[in-house]
This record gives sequence, structure tokens and C-alpha cells, in this order.
Amino acid sequence: MQERVNTCMIRIGLDIGSTTVKCVALDENNNILYKTYERHFSQITSKISELLQKVRRELPQADSALVAMSGSAGMGIADACGIDFIQEVYATRVAANTFIPNTDVVIELGGEDAKILFLSGGMEVRMNGSCAGGTGAFIDQMATLLNVPIEELDGLAAQHEKIYTIASRCGVFAKTDIQPLLNQGAKKTDIAASIFMAVVNQTIAGLAQGREIKGNIVYLGGPLTFIPQLRLGFDKVLKTTGICPENSLYYVSMGAALCAEKSVDLDKVIEKISTYKGSGNFAFNKPLFRNKQELDEFRQRHSRATVKKGELKDYKNEVYIGIDAGSTTVKGVAAAKDGTLLYSEYLPNSGNPVPIVKDFLTHIYRINPDIKIAGSAVTGYGEEIIKNAFSVDIGVVETIAHLTAAKSFMPDVEFIIDIGGQDIKCFKIRNGVIDNIFLNEACSSGCGSFLQTFANALGYTSEQFAELGLLAKQPVDLGSRCTVFMNSSVKQAQKDGATIEDISSGLCLSVVKNALYKVIRVASPSELGKKIVVQGGTFLNDAVLRAFEQEMGTDVIRPEISGLMGAYGAALYAKQMCKGNKSTILDMKQLESFRHEIRSVNCGGCSNNCRLTVNTFSDGRKFIAGNRCERPVTKKSPDDSLNIYQYKLKLLKDYKAEKGKRGRIGIPLGLNMFEMLPFWHTFLTKLGFEVVVSPFSNRKLYLHGQHTIPSDTVCFPAKLMHGHVQWLLDNGLKNIFYPCMSYNFDEHLGDNHYNCPVVAYYPEVIFANVKEIENIKFFHEFAGVHRPKDFPKKMCAELQKYYSDITLKEVKEASKAAYKEYDEYLAKIRAFGDEIIEKAEKQGKNIIVLAGRPYHADPEINHGIDKLITSFDVAIVSEDVVSRYESKVNTGVLNQWTYHSRMYAAAEYVSRHNNMNLVQLVSFGCGVDAITTDEVRAILERNGRIYTQIKIDEITNLGAVKIRLRSLLATMESKNR
Amino acid sequence: MAELVYDKTGRLLFTKEMKKEYTILLPMMAKIHFTIIKNVFLHYGYKAELLETEGPEIAQVGLKYVHNDTCYPAILAIGQFIHALQSGKYDVEHTALMITQTGGGCRASNYIHLLRKALVKAGFEKVPVISLNMSGLEKNSGFKITIPMLRRIAAGGLYGDLIMNLDNQVKPYEINKGDSAALIEKWTNKLTDILASGHGFTRKELAENLDSIAKDYSEIKIKRTPKVKVGIVGEIYVKYSSLGNNDLEKFLYDQDCEVNLPGILGFAMFKVDNRLEDYKLYGGSKAKYIVVKKLMDYLTDLETLVINSQVKYGFRPITRYEHTKSLVKGIVGYGSKMGEGWLLTGEMLELVECGFENIVCTQPFGCLPNHINGKGMIRKIKQHDDRANIVAIDYDPGAPRVNQENRIKLMLAVAKENLNKSESTNEAGKNTKPTPIKVKPIKKTEATV
Repeated sequence: MQERVNTCMIRIGLDIGSTTVKCVALDENNNILYKTYERHFSQITSKISELLQKVRRELPQADSALVAMSGSAGMGIADACGIDFIQEVYATRVAANTFIPNTDVVIELGGEDAKILFLSGGMEVRMNGSCAGGTGAFIDQMATLLNVPIEELDGLAAQHEKIYTIASRCGVFAKTDIQPLLNQGAKKTDIAASIFMAVVNQTIAGLAQGREIKGNIVYLGGPLTFIPQLRLGFDKVLKTTGICPENSLYYVSMGAALCAEKSVDLDKVIEKISTYKGSGNFAFNKPLFRNKQELDEFRQRHSRATVKKGELKDYKNEVYIGIDAGSTTVKGVAAAKDGTLLYSEYLPNSGNPVPIVKDFLTHIYRINPDIKIAGSAVTGYGEEIIKNAFSVDIGVVETIAHLTAAKSFMPDVEFIIDIGGQDIKCFKIRNGVIDNIFLNEACSSGCGSFLQTFANALGYTSEQFAELGLLAKQPVDLGSRCTVFMNSSVKQAQKDGATIEDISSGLCLSVVKNALYKVIRVASPSELGKKIVVQGGTFLNDAVLRAFEQEMGTDVIRPEISGLMGAYGAALYAKQMCKGNKSTILDMKQLESFRHEIRSVNCGGCSNNCRLTVNTFSDGRKFIAGNRCERPVTKKSPDDSLNIYQYKLKLLKDYKAEKGKRGRIGIPLGLNMFEMLPFWHTFLTKLGFEVVVSPFSNRKLYLHGQHTIPSDTVCFPAKLMHGHVQWLLDNGLKNIFYPCMSYNFDEHLGDNHYNCPVVAYYPEVIFANVKEIENIKFFHEFAGVHRPKDFPKKMCAELQKYYSDITLKEVKEASKAAYKEYDEYLAKIRAFGDEIIEKAEKQGKNIIVLAGRPYHADPEINHGIDKLITSFDVAIVSEDVVSRYESKVNTGVLNQWTYHSRMYAAAEYVSRHNNMNLVQLVSFGCGVDAITTDEVRAILERNGRIYTQIKIDEITNLGAVKIRLRSLLATMESKNR
Repeated sequence: MAELVYDKTGRLLFTKEMKKEYTILLPMMAKIHFTIIKNVFLHYGYKAELLETEGPEIAQVGLKYVHNDTCYPAILAIGQFIHALQSGKYDVEHTALMITQTGGGCRASNYIHLLRKALVKAGFEKVPVISLNMSGLEKNSGFKITIPMLRRIAAGGLYGDLIMNLDNQVKPYEINKGDSAALIEKWTNKLTDILASGHGFTRKELAENLDSIAKDYSEIKIKRTPKVKVGIVGEIYVKYSSLGNNDLEKFLYDQDCEVNLPGILGFAMFKVDNRLEDYKLYGGSKAKYIVVKKLMDYLTDLETLVINSQVKYGFRPITRYEHTKSLVKGIVGYGSKMGEGWLLTGEMLELVECGFENIVCTQPFGCLPNHINGKGMIRKIKQHDDRANIVAIDYDPGAPRVNQENRIKLMLAVAKENLNKSESTNEAGKNTKPTPIKVKPIKKTEATV
């Protein structure tokens, strides 16, 4: 305690947030004398001293005051200036208790943080973990993506008709969901509302952690103050009406003021802050260029990779059109037969690519009304809609388009790396065909738009920002993490005294490191080959290019038209493929009458209930997007005869409830239950239980359980388990059976036969976090099915803890039947798998071994990837079909998990069968797969085969998956040729 | 020059010749423990060297050679090795590496394999790697773990546990700043001499040395003031390693807290006990059970020695493993054994019980067992005892320190408020002095080991 506290003294609270500074002065009765809220554009110290000076002018009596500082960005500064630091959540709590005493729950969203405070019934404070971006920064990013100011976003959301599912984990994920929606023509109003709903879900799923949000709810912080629709979103989900109090922006600073105990001389503090320099200690890399001369030489060298240019006006010969409808930009070119570039456009894609392409084509016809277009091709995210809208001759997968373009600069290119606005695409070329593809996973897309977001946040254009970094003395070492982390790292570096120049070049370096070490995962340049072509809009930034060369220690080629390569490649590809001399692309007349209408409907063709976007064009042509199968397009149900994933689901559906003397017991159908169901269903049925199984997952089921998830970074299949258990509870089950299993069956394919820790012990998590479980019998003891001899006795003892009348004799019989059923179930799958392989071989079809875990068969987990694959006329089997033909694989890692041993064996099998390829499904956040993916890749590559990996999470859009699969298929074809 | 010999699977072996010629590098984890234990290897004729390197480059090197989604401890431990090999300080043709291998169902069993992969990537494929494990994995002719050696390693761990524990109890209250640190130095040096010369591991020597350590600490002049008490639990590497947890212990000390880190002995007992629990849960060989039970008894006896010394000199004793184990009953099952398993939950309960209700639960980002027994159990622990004030902190190469510290500060703010409340209401509440526990020496175990 302070020895002498002047009761008439003014209390000043500062809240230094990630994007704004708030300052409040309170009198002795806690009335606000002065308040201010300003963005700091990362000029934190000067902003603080500016604000304090204002306070000084406004309140002359405040020559000395009680001052405290709060906010994530204020920590170090407070210490250095001798001001007390109050943790911001704590400050909020103090303010809420003082100003709104009957508050039960506070929900506060800030620039980068999300917080929930439970004030009544056991005080608790929760902040988002380190991987959660559903906050103000996220909304900013989304607004940028939609190209509207935040206020307008709110207005748009108010007019929405429907909500799309957008992954709510982090901004980057959500982008991959939103972009394709935009490209398919979804309405901005609906997307805006969907973005807010994603934030709501993220906050509740991430922070409630089993605790119900009810009572008097208070909304605080910038986003919730400025965006009424966001508040409505919370109200809707929480089924309540929260209040957003007066001064809702200032609660942290008011709390800091209330906690202020230390009297300070304001003038001295102002002086200290304005001279605050930071520690000057930040990790940095060597400069990109030592001097101007080096930079000039570098520019000189790169100016040589040019393309021949000509005039489109009055050009008489055949012209080929290439269009690249990318994620953030649309590129269009017109090229001559010999590759001469006649015309090009590079335009931002502000949500809908259709009018932009229309303009592009209009320009071409205007420049050269007598143009002879002999062929056209389109690539990129918007490929399908553009192809349909303008009757483009060919759609070409991006990877092939880029390879075609790169070859025109370097015929013997060995490696291509393309960093665009949203994606990183890299491919290794062997003997002229794509040998390996690396695409960035949804989580690590630190690409062009990432730099742009930062530049804008700091008040520069991308170009200005890039230029700044070139001659930086000490490029900050920011590591290679996702944008959310990067925000905090940048701020830390600024506090430590890094200049804007250092940060600019540091960010460019981190883009490069992200690509190299997270996407491609190289250790040395020799792995990439000597002939490297770099392209994509992001490489137009000289700092990025230089950072790449520096990091790789080798010179590379950046074609002059780096940003146009996709479109240029498409044009060249059109030239190769279009044999006739008249393109099908809309001519000038057709283009003039071109119209485009968008309508959204629900499919209703099956239980998936896909939300479809129906695009109608002037001549009545239609294009449907958002579908997961071909049904709404072809009106036929998909053919599942060559799809083992559908067969597995069919078998599982057959395990129905049979009346029994012991009453109803529920089994949640998730994780290992996907394979153990035949075993446990039979076991329990024999014991006289009526076994009720939860249905296959869907979005609704997931959302019903999400409030009890304790760890927001656990894999999606585990999170779904909460929904399944909730479903059983909602259906009145008083008994639920979900045993822990450290061990799985020993299939003799590995050194051990564990389940992964999450699969093994998830019942414990359910037990500890689902409150309603306490009112029922929840069997979650340990079961050792791997020791059939000991099993009945041990299991009987465990069961008797819950059901004392069960006898060993019963358990023995039930066990016998269970083991038998399990074996038969596996045998059925394997027989069907063999049949698929045989049929496919007869029909000359390619086979994909879609390797994952048994629970990847759940349609909500795989998002219909199986059906997508069969729609390409390819047969699918799963890893367990072929793994049994192998013996234990000699792996470079400890081969100790049953499900993963199967994948190694499957990879070995695929390596010896040329008509097969392996695609590995990986759950985001699966720690075990960090080990298995590298190993499966190694097995395949050792045998000269292509490895393809698909990371799945809550994402529902299949755009990126399509690129991967089409590239794989295209490569398979060219190899076959 | 030792010849490079490979086994059937292509693994490079550590041969007898190498034992003479090679320096073996050990990774750092718990500083006091490892500095002492290193000497056991010296005594057995291995040229062992403990890596004490720090700094951000280590994580950067790790990221370059290890899959970035792998656990942070693997990135750091492997990064530290490769960083050392690249530093030019060691003759890489005469250097070997040693790493532990637990053989459990967690990813950690794979560190040694990831290390080998990383070595190949970095061009050090001729550097042999020795697995330190108790499961009979990966044999080498030049390196044998014997029972006498294990006893010495256990002794080193025990000394480390006691010194760390007493330092944490005394340092926040010492009147002359640096007294406790000086004792750490004194005793690590002294124990270095004792262990390197092959002594200090029998029951008698242990009891004597542990007593002397406790006596020394009891002589440090202290002034008791009310302080926020914070326990640290978590994945073993980030729990103990200052490199892994951004020097968490020091941060808390600087925030004027008394810290409590449950010791490594408990983890060792947990790993041994798992084999007994497996037998109970799933069945197995009775003979094996009996042997393992003997080992368990031996460790329990060692635990008693530490407790006796602490009690004798008026310190708060470490919590018995058996007691910690009894606390998780009804909260999480004993079959949950991967990684830190139920022990992690148990340690949180134990800390809450003994007055360290403020807890930092450390975990590498995406740590699998922690989803279950760390974050997954917090709700249950609070339900069990509402004093619990737990913050879960993720560590990984990209998690900025300032975010971590901010979250810890939130926990501390609540802790301080609680402390002030209890100070004003419970002024009279004095600590009751624990009575020494009577212990019979377990002669039989001593004889069999």
C-alpha cells in the first residue's frame, strides 16, 4: 500500500492495445473527467506521450496523479517508466465489478485477443490461446478481403439471407473458405454475416471450455462496440440479450485507473516515455544488401529475364488468350503463336472475378476488333466459373499452367516456386514432368496478402513498404509463423527498437522462411536443384526475391512477367491443346449482351444439404457451385461401387439397436469407435444392452458439443466427440459406453500397437468436461482388447463397477462374439477393397489409396473428399485394404501406432503398384502425423513415387484439395504417356 | 581411428573403440540435475559433455532440420545438438550424441529417430547416436547401462531434486541475495567430485549427503513474507528447461513468487509404476511384475530419504508419489500413461493441496498427452478444489514471450488478490510443522539391486 494516498487525486489509466491506445482519467468518485481512444499505427511510445500531454492540457490539476498502465503492448514500457502494470483482463474485471456490479459474464474482443470473464459463481478469466485469431484483427483482414470498410461490413451483414460455414479457428483458414465463396459468386451480405458468426463460434468454442455463458452478459472492446451485428450474433447463439455499456471501449483503461496506487509526476513520465528506446535487443539477420551498388547489380541481373513483346492492335495472326483467376488478383494475357506477349492485364479481384474478366475481354476486342482468337484457357481458383461464364475452351490446373510458362524461360527448369496472394505452390520437375508438388497448408499461408495486410496496418502501400526494406541494416528475425503470431512479434520488435525498415525486410525474410521450411521443408538448396524459377506476385517484391536468394545461397530466375505466369502459361497451354483455329470464347457481340445473375439454394439431394450457388448467364447457361458431389449437376446419384469409404459407412449403418434386458446404452461414433463399433456393439448387445449409436457427424452435431471442448488445438475428430456425446445425452441415454484404450489390436505391422494419446484417452476428457455426464453412468474404464485371453476377466471386473449383476460367463460369451464380429467386419472391408482393385484394373482406371485413420471415413471429417476423387473417375481404397499384403515395414522412425503402421505398409504396397497412388489425409493438429507424413513421403519417394498430402480440419471447401488431386492426376497421365 | 559399424537395420553403432576416442554430447534439460548426473558417465569412462548453449539460434537450427509441427522439445534438443556440431567446437569425426528414449505411446519415443533424420539432413550421418533407455531398445557395444550405473544416475537425480526444491523454498526469502545460488554451486561442485570418483550412491552416503545439503540450506538467513505461491507442472522438457520455457522459474521469481516444481523422481516412479498398472489393467507376466515392484520399492525408499532430510531441517517435504497417485482417483484413470499421463493431473492436485494453488501448466504447442491430462483436466480440478488458479501456457518457436508472460500475469493478478484476502482474514493462521516420517530401511531391495 502507498504510504500516503491523496483521496482527491486524479486516477489515470492507460490501455495500450495491439492497435489502439485508450486513456481515461477518473476523479475521486470514479467519474470520467477525460477519455480518449486512438489508433497508434504501431508508433506506441509517441502516441502515449501525446495522449498524456493532452491530459496535462485538459486537466491542469493533474500535475501529479495515480497512474497505471494496462494492455498487451504496454508491459515493457510500464516497467521502464516506473508505472504499475495491471494485467488487462484483471483490469476489465475490476472495472466491471465497479461500474456494472450485477454482471455475470463479460465478453471482450480486442484487436488480437478474445476474453471471457465469469464474474459470478466462481470467478474465472479466460483468454484465447496462442492459436486463435477470431478477433478484431481477423475482422479487419476479412474486410480487406471483401474490399469494404468495417462499418459497411456491419451494414452488409444486417441484410444477410443465409449463413455459410466458415472455419473459425484462424483468419488464414477462414480466408480459404471465403475466397472460393467469393469466386463462386456468393453474396457479400451473406459472407459478412458468416464472418461474424465464425467469430462468435470461435469465441465460444475456444473460451467457454465447458462452462455455460448465461445471466447478465456485457460486451466490451472495439469490435463489439462498433459492430452491432456481431453483438446480435452472440445474442443469437447464447439465446440472450447482452448489453454493450457506455464507455465499452474504456473498461480496461478504467480498470487500470481504479487499480492505480502509485502517485507519479506526469511531466516526468511523459519525458521518460518520449525518451523510451526499448532494449535495442532484437534478433536480426544480415542485411539484404550491403549498399546501393549491390542493389543495382541485383536489379541489373534480374532485368534480363524478359519476354518478347508485340502490339495487339492490328495483329493479324492467331492469338491465344490465357486467364488466371487467382485468389486476390485476376491476370489476363493475349499471346501470339510464338509466345510473343501482345497484351496483358493484372487486376485486383475484389470479390467477384466475372466482371473483371468481362472488362479484360472487352478491352481486347476494343483494341483489336478483328482479332483471331484461336484458343483460350483459364486457370486459378475461379477457373470453373470463368470457363462457364465465357465459354473458355480449356480449364487447366494451376500447376500445369505455371510449369508451361516457366519452361518458356528455362526449358530445363528443375524447380518452380510461386508465391501468390494466398498460396505458395512449389513443384519439382524431373524429366520435364511434375514430380512433386508442395502447396501451403491452410495454416501457414504467410504469402503476399500477409505482407499487404502488414503494410496497410502500418500505413503504407505494399510497394512503398517493400522498398523500405531493401536497405535495412538489421532485418528483424521474426521466425516463420502464422500471421497472428507475427503481429505480436512485430510489436515486440518495435518495442525493442527495430525500425520500420528492419521490420519490412524481416517480414519479407519470414515469408521466404515460411515457404522454405514449412511448405517445402528443405535444408539446403541442393535439394531443389540448380535451375530455379521463381514467380507469383509476391516475388515482384525485390526484398522477397533477395531474401530467397540469400536464404538459398543461389541465384534464381525471376521472369519479368513474374506476376503473369499463370495466365501466360494458360495461353501457351491453349496454343498446345487447341488444334482448331477458332476459339469457343464469347465473341464481341456475345460479350456485349453478357449478363450474370447469382442465386443461392439448398441442394436437398442428400443429407449433406449443400448450400449451392447457382450462377445464371445471359443465354440461360447455368453454373452450380458449392456442391460436394455431381448430383445437383447431373441429377444422378453418385456411383459408389468403386469407393470403399462409402462402403465402410454402409457397413457401420447396419449396427442397429436391438431390444435387451439391460436397457439402452449409447456409443459415441467417433475416433476409434469408427473401427471398434462392430466389436463393442456386438459385445454389449450380447450382454443384453440395447445399443444406441450416435449418427455420422454433421455441422449441427459439432456445434452442439463445442462448448465443452477444453483444448482448442486438439484435432477436429476429437472435438467432434463432444458433439456425439451431447447427442446421446440429448436423446435421453442414461448409460454411455466409451472405454479408454492405450493399446489397439496387434496387426504385426509395427514395433508396438498403441493408439495415439488422444484416441487412447479421450474418454477421460469427456468425463472431465461434459457436466451432464455426472448424472449418468459413463463407462470410461481401460479396455485391453489386445490381450484376448485376459480380456474377459479384466473387462468383467471393470463392468461390474457399473453393472454389478454382469457375470464372467456372460462376458466370456460376449467377448467371443465380439472378436468374431470384428474379424468378419474387417474381412468384409478387405474383400470389397480387393473387388474394387480388380474392377478398376479391368476398366483401366487409376486407383488412389486414400490413407488415413478409420475415423476419416466420417463425412464431416473428410468433407466428401472420397466422392470428389471418384468424380474424377478414379477408384478409391483405404490403407487397411492393402496394408495386410505387407509385413512390418522397416521405417526410420519408431513404428508403434497400429493405425499408422498400416499407412507405412500401404505406402510400401503402393510403391510396387504402378496403377496406384497414395493420398494421405492428415488432421490439422495431429501431432503424430508430423512424424508419419515425413515417413510415408520417404517410403514413396524412395521408390520414385509421388506423395500427396491433404490436411483437413473444419474447412469445408474443396478448392485447394481439387488443385492437388488434379495436379496428381495430370502428372500421372503425363507419366503414363 | 574407430571404424564405423552398422547393424542390420543400418543404424550406426557406438563401438568400444569409440568409447575411448569419442566425446559424447548430452542435451540440457534440468540444469542442476543434469550437471550432477553427467559425472556418472565420466566415472564410467565416457568423455561426456553437457551442452549448455542457449539463445534463439538453437530453435532456428532445430526448425531447419526437424518437421516444424513436431513437438517443441524435439526442435530444441535436436537444434541444440546440430548447433553444437556446426559450431566448430567439436571434432565431428570423434563426437557422439546421447538422447533418452522412453518407449511410450507419445511422440517423444521418436526423438532419437528424428535426431538421426536431422543428422543425415545436416550432413552428420557419421555421428553415432546412443539411446539412453530402460526398455532394452537399441544396444551398442560401446555403451552399456548397468544396474550400478543406474543407481548412480538415480542418486544424481535425487540430489538434483533436493537442491532444486530447497533452492525454491529458500531463495525468495533469503536476506543475503545469492546465498542459495552459492549453495547450488557449492553442492554441484562437491557432488561432481563425489560422483565422478564413483561414490555417493549407497543408501548411507545418500542419507548423509542429503542431510548435509538440507543442513546447509537451513543455515541460510531468511525473512518470511507473504508471497504468491506458484507451482509449475507440464511436459517434462518445457517444465524444467529454461531454454524451453523462456526461463519461467526466473520470471516467476522476479515477480516475487515462491515457486514449486515437483521433482524428476516422481516422473521416474510414474514410468516404473506404469508397468505395474499395465499388469493390473490388462494382465501379463507375474515374474516381471515382481521385479518391477522391487524397483518401485527401491525408488520409494530413495524418496523417503529426501523427505527425512527435509523434515529434519524444517523444510516442507516433497509429496510422496503414492499420495499424489491417490489424489487422482475418481478424476483420471491410472491407465492414462502416455507422456506425463495422469501424473500431470496429480501434480496439479498435489500443488493445490499444499498451498501452491496457483499453477502454470506448461506444454509444447499441440502436445498430445497434455490435451488430456493438462488442459483436459483443469475443469475437473477446479470442480474438485475451487482454490485452483491454473493457467495453461503453450510453448513453441513462434509463441512470443510477451504473450506468455501476459497470460501468466493474469493468473498472478488473481493470485495476488487471493493472497491479500487470506492475509487480512487469516492473519493468525500459522504453518504447522510437519513431523518427521519414521522409515525402515528396506534392506532387501538394497541387496537385490
